[in-house]
Amino acid sequence: MTLFVNISQSFESFTLNVDFEAPEGLTVLFGASGAGKTTVANAVAGLSQPDEAKISVGARVLSDTRANVWVPPHRRDIGYIFQEGRLFPHMNVRKNLLYGRALARGRTDEITLERVVEMLGLGDLLDRRPAHLSGGEKQRVAIGRALLARPKMILADEPLAALDEPRKAEILPYFELLRDEFSIPILYVSHSIAEVARLATTVVALEKGRVSRVGPAGEVLSDPEFTPAGVRAVGAVLEAKVREHHSDGLTELEAGGAALFLPKLAHGVGKTVRVRIAAHDVILSRDTPKGLSALNILSGKIATVRAGDGPGAIVSIDTKAGRVLARVTRRSVQAMELAEGQAIHAVVKSVAVAPEDVGR
Amino acid sequence: MTDWLGPEEWQAVALSLKVAFWAVLGTLPLGVLTAFAMARWRFVGRDFLNVIIHLPLVLPPVVTGYLLLLTFGTQGAVGQALQKVGIVFAFHWTGAALAAAIMAFPLFVRAVRLSLEAVDPKLEQAAATLGASKPRVFFTVTLPLILPGILAGAVLAFAKAMGEFGATITFVSNIPGQTRTLPSAVYAFLQVPDGETSAMRLVVVSVIIACAALILSEVLARRVSVRVGKS
Repeated sequence: MTLFVNISQSFESFTLNVDFEAPEGLTVLFGASGAGKTTVANAVAGLSQPDEAKISVGARVLSDTRANVWVPPHRRDIGYIFQEGRLFPHMNVRKNLLYGRALARGRTDEITLERVVEMLGLGDLLDRRPAHLSGGEKQRVAIGRALLARPKMILADEPLAALDEPRKAEILPYFELLRDEFSIPILYVSHSIAEVARLATTVVALEKGRVSRVGPAGEVLSDPEFTPAGVRAVGAVLEAKVREHHSDGLTELEAGGAALFLPKLAHGVGKTVRVRIAAHDVILSRDTPKGLSALNILSGKIATVRAGDGPGAIVSIDTKAGRVLARVTRRSVQAMELAEGQAIHAVVKSVAVAPEDVGR
Repeated sequence: MTDWLGPEEWQAVALSLKVAFWAVLGTLPLGVLTAFAMARWRFVGRDFLNVIIHLPLVLPPVVTGYLLLLTFGTQGAVGQALQKVGIVFAFHWTGAALAAAIMAFPLFVRAVRLSLEAVDPKLEQAAATLGASKPRVFFTVTLPLILPGILAGAVLAFAKAMGEFGATITFVSNIPGQTRTLPSAVYAFLQVPDGETSAMRLVVVSVIIACAALILSEVLARRVSVRVGKS
């Protein structure tokens, strides 16, 4: 079943105008905050009514403003997994899980409570109240609850955003399970490139209310042209202080003890700025680089090496200034024998001062 | 207790309890509906309705009572219409219940509205995405979550109904056995010589009922808030 979405909505500061198809599998709606992702998700769920919308799942039309069709949320058969879980505080886990089930009459019994409890490891939690669950446990219950309503489609709006890193790592595999075990299309809203890389079969990139890129995940991610939110995300954001404005037109910044040189900045000495180092602007060197024109060289240790589907790989390096990402070829990874823990020098070709919203 | 209280005094206490009980019972559904409308709906005349609801709180009770008499009395338009279908308020205990209900209504609506506004609409949205229709969302999510507020409002309303005097005596007078509620009885006993001991006994009863209501509400509120997962 394919989800078709075509929405227009005017806001004070921008206009949302998106048109895309999400085929079977897991489609990540990807974009920075404020790009309009949640508006799209809420319109699909029927929780908001855009100015103009045509939304259908398979042959079933859910919204069509021209034809005056609008199916209320409780008849849409869409399981919604919210960022904050939204478990019912007055019900225990079992009742939360079964809330939608009684209402899903006449649908296949393939998804049973036992199976969901088993899959999500909820056995010990069934009699507990949401107030006594951790963030990760709440999200697991939320996944189960949506699944047990036996939806024709699942929506997940930044389901990991409210969790810390270890909890994220705990929940991510369940979305992989969801994607692989059930033939339910999933629309997954996220601003995290890591989640895209791990989960997406299809990527729909949103930028300022418009779809800037659609395609199979592997294709989109390995595409160097995938600029929209991609480069912002595949890149490091560091905090630095302005140390000195040099007479040759360069501004010297200090980030965790390391010096960075940029073309003259307007910021006063002592001010804190956020700088962005795009992954494709970083070259790696195992030996201390000599005779290079580059001014900014950060030394550190390799934290991770992650190969993508294409010829590229992303290497993250922990330096004094913070974590820096480098996009290199897999061939270089092999030739240089790059591995975790190895000492490395990151030669930074360019550093840009980040606008306020970068990295949020 | 029947021995300790004189028949007249006992009558007043029983009548007051009956009046307050029916006043609260009548207030509950209408009050919850009104609070829901005020908290969630945007409609024409909402501000006007808000003023009307709160009027008994600020008007002198005697004025409210007189207005009730004009409307629901034997000469009043509504009163005459209702009389034809056999419902009588004037100089009848039901009138005392009506007066008490109207005086208690704003207190109840306020309490429920406050707790309604504290309910996260996102939970109701979540219930809708799980297939629950609007009425179902209300009864399975909203209502259980505002139960503590309803309870608090009901206790307030009960206390107000027990103590209502001005509107009641104006609307339905002070007829022993029919409309002489506890406060009216205290007032009446204080008007006659040797009535002071009877008045005193009723004062004691009032204090006991008030304390019992407060303790009961505390206990219930604690139980309910455990039940709805707020503690």
